[in-house]
Amino acid sequence: MAAMATMVAAGCGGVWCRARQRCARWPGPGSRPFLRAQRAVVCNARGGAVSAGKSGLAPWIPVVGLEIHAQISSNSKLFSGSRVQFAAPPNSLVSFFDASLPGTLPVLNRRCVEAAVMTALALNCRINKKSLFDRKHYFYADLPAGYQITQQRVPIAVNGSLSYSLCIDNKMSQMVTKTVRIKQIQLEQDSGKSLHDDTRSQTFVDLNRAGVGLMELVMEPDMCCGEEAAAAVRELQLILQTLGSSQAVMAEGQLRVDANVSVHHPGEPYGVRTEVKNINSIRFLAKAVDYEIQRQIQELGNGGTILNETRAFDSKLGCTVPMRDKEGKQDYRFMPEPNLPPLILYDAKSLPANMNHQQVINIDWIHERLPDLPSVKREKLVEQYGILPEHSFTLLSEDGLAEFFESVVKQTQMKPKKVIGWILNDLLSYLKQHSLTVKESPVSSFLLADLLNLLEKKEISSTAAKRVLAELWKGEGKTPLETVKEHKLELLQDQKELEQICQAVIDGQENEVMAIKAGNRKVLNKLIGLVQKKTQGRSNPVLVKQLLEKKLSE
Amino acid sequence: MRVLSLGRWLRAGLVLPGGPASRHSGDRHSGHRPQAPPQGPAQKVSVEVLEHLEQLALVDFRDSEGVERLQKAIQFADQLHEVNTDGVEPMDSVLEDRCLYLREDDVTEGNCTKELLENARETVEEYFVAPPGNIPLVKLEEQKTYLQGSK
Repeated sequence: MAAMATMVAAGCGGVWCRARQRCARWPGPGSRPFLRAQRAVVCNARGGAVSAGKSGLAPWIPVVGLEIHAQISSNSKLFSGSRVQFAAPPNSLVSFFDASLPGTLPVLNRRCVEAAVMTALALNCRINKKSLFDRKHYFYADLPAGYQITQQRVPIAVNGSLSYSLCIDNKMSQMVTKTVRIKQIQLEQDSGKSLHDDTRSQTFVDLNRAGVGLMELVMEPDMCCGEEAAAAVRELQLILQTLGSSQAVMAEGQLRVDANVSVHHPGEPYGVRTEVKNINSIRFLAKAVDYEIQRQIQELGNGGTILNETRAFDSKLGCTVPMRDKEGKQDYRFMPEPNLPPLILYDAKSLPANMNHQQVINIDWIHERLPDLPSVKREKLVEQYGILPEHSFTLLSEDGLAEFFESVVKQTQMKPKKVIGWILNDLLSYLKQHSLTVKESPVSSFLLADLLNLLEKKEISSTAAKRVLAELWKGEGKTPLETVKEHKLELLQDQKELEQICQAVIDGQENEVMAIKAGNRKVLNKLIGLVQKKTQGRSNPVLVKQLLEKKLSE
Repeated sequence: MRVLSLGRWLRAGLVLPGGPASRHSGDRHSGHRPQAPPQGPAQKVSVEVLEHLEQLALVDFRDSEGVERLQKAIQFADQLHEVNTDGVEPMDSVLEDRCLYLREDDVTEGNCTKELLENARETVEEYFVAPPGNIPLVKLEEQKTYLQGSK
C-alpha cells in the first residue's frame, strides 16, 4: 500500500537526527545525554533518508558501527621474523611458523606493540597494562593453523574516542565536530590470501600476508549515515599515517573496514544488524552504508524482516548482496593462547629496575614522543596564519599540501590569507585535474612564491597572474618574470596610455554612457570590462574605474 | 587423529556448549567456565550437542563406541569439579608468571618457498592449492553418520 510505504526523500536527513533527540528512552550502552545533543546536528543522508511524516509512521533511525583492521607498519610480522611487504612472489615471505608447521612457536614483535600503544594513546584509550592473547578457531584455507591469535578477553586498549569533522549541507564553511567512541583496540594476526578459481573448483593460497600484525579497532555504533562513517575513517587514516603506526592505504589492503548497519524506530530497541564487507575505498564505504540503510528501511517498510547476515558490497552495482560463504553462525571457540604469557606494559611509575630495557615498553615514554595529531596541526595552522578552519582541513587532507603552503608563505610578502586562495583554488584544482600529488607538482613552492610576489608588487594583475600560472604549469622551466615578459602581461604603468584607452571606450559606447549618466552605476562594470579587453588584461581594474568615473563626470 | 584432538580439548577442562554458542563478548568466563553438572548419575551428552560438535570440529563419531568414549572422557574430566575453586582466579597458562619475550623488528626468516611447497600435495606456480572456499557441509539429512543412523 502506497500509504504504508515509507517515502524516500533526499535531504530529509535532519529528521533522523532530530527525531532521535526527541526520543525519551535511548537504548544503548551507558546512555550519555550529551551525545544526544551532538547528534542533533543534521546528518546528511544522501543515500536516501526516510521520513514518513505524511502517513503518520514513525521515522527510522539508522545505526552504524565500524570494525576496522589496520595493518601495522613494521618490517617483520607479529609473531615471526618474516618480512612484511605488499607485492612479492607467492609464499616467499613465509616462515615455518606462518605456515603453521609443527614445532613452531609465536614470538611477539616489539614494534607491533609500540604501534598499538601509540594508536591507543592518540585515540584517548585506556591502556590495559596487562593484556592477554587468545585463539579464535575457524576453518579456512588461508588460515593454516585453523585459528587466529587475537586478543578477545583483555585487549591492549579500551574506551577511547575519535573526533572528526563533517561539512553540513555540503558547505565547507559549516563544519561540525563529531565523536565516535572506540570500544577497544586489539592486536591480531592477518590471514593469508585466497585466490578463487571457480572454473576448476579450487583455491590458490598465498601465505605472504599470513601472520602480519593487525590492529583491530572496534567502534561503538555512534554513527548514523555513510557520510559520518566516511569522515570518521578518513580522520582515522590521517591519524594512523601521522603516527606512522600504519600506512592505512585502503587500496593496498592496509586499512579494511566492515560496517554493521541496523535501523529502528525511536524509543524501540536496536534492530537486527547486518555486516557489510568488501568495501575497498572511503567513497564506497559511504555508498555501501547508505545503500544498506535504504535497503533495510524498504524491506521493513514492506513488512519483511532483516536477517542477521553478512553481505558483500558490489561496487559495480552499488549494492550489497548476501555472502554465500558463511555457513550459519560461526562458533569461534575462543580459548587462551597457551604459548604466550600475558603482555605487560609499564609506565614511568611502574618501571622495573632490573629489566633489560629492550624488554620493557614504557607507555609514558611513547606518549612524550607522539607527533602532533591532525586536529592539533589544523588548529596551529589556523592560529599561526589566520586561515579558516575549513582551509586548514583541506590543507591536511592532501599529502604535502600543508608543507607546500607554509613554504610559499615563507618566501613571499603576500599575506597567508591571500596565499591560501592560490593554494586551494588554483594549485589544488590543477593537481586534481591532472591527478598529481603535491610532490609531483610541476610548479614548485619557490616558483609560486615568485609569482605571488609579482602580484603583490602590483607588477601584474591577478588575471595575468592566473595566465602565468597556466604557463608555469607546462613545466618548461621558465621563471614567472620571464613568462610575464614573454607574453607581455605586465600592468600598464603609463597613465596617459590608459587614459587614451578609457576615452576610446567611452567614445565607442554611447548607450552605456547615457545609462551611467542617468544613474545606472552597474553599467560601469561593462566599460571596465571593455578596457580590460582592450589592454589584454594589463590594466589595474581599480585604476580603470577611477579614470572612467573621472571622465564620465566631466 | 580427529578423536585425539577432541580429547586434548576436553583435557583442557572445557565442556561442550549446550547449544549453538553465540559470539563471546568481553566476559572473561564465558565459554571457558565449565558448566557444573548435577551430582549423581552421569549426565548424557545430547544429540544436538554432538551434531553441533561434529560440524564445528569436523569430526565424525563413527559408531556408538566413539560416542561412549566421548561420554567417558567427559565423566573423567568432570572429576575436576570435586575441587572447590571459589575465589580462585582461573589460570589460562602455566606461563602466566613468565615474562613475554619481545623480539626486535628485524627480518630473520622467510625466503623458503621451495621447502614449504615440498610438503604440499598439489601446487600451482608456487601457490598452495586448496578446495574451493568453504565447502558447505552436506545437509544433515543426507549425512550418513552414526548419529543420523541412530535417529
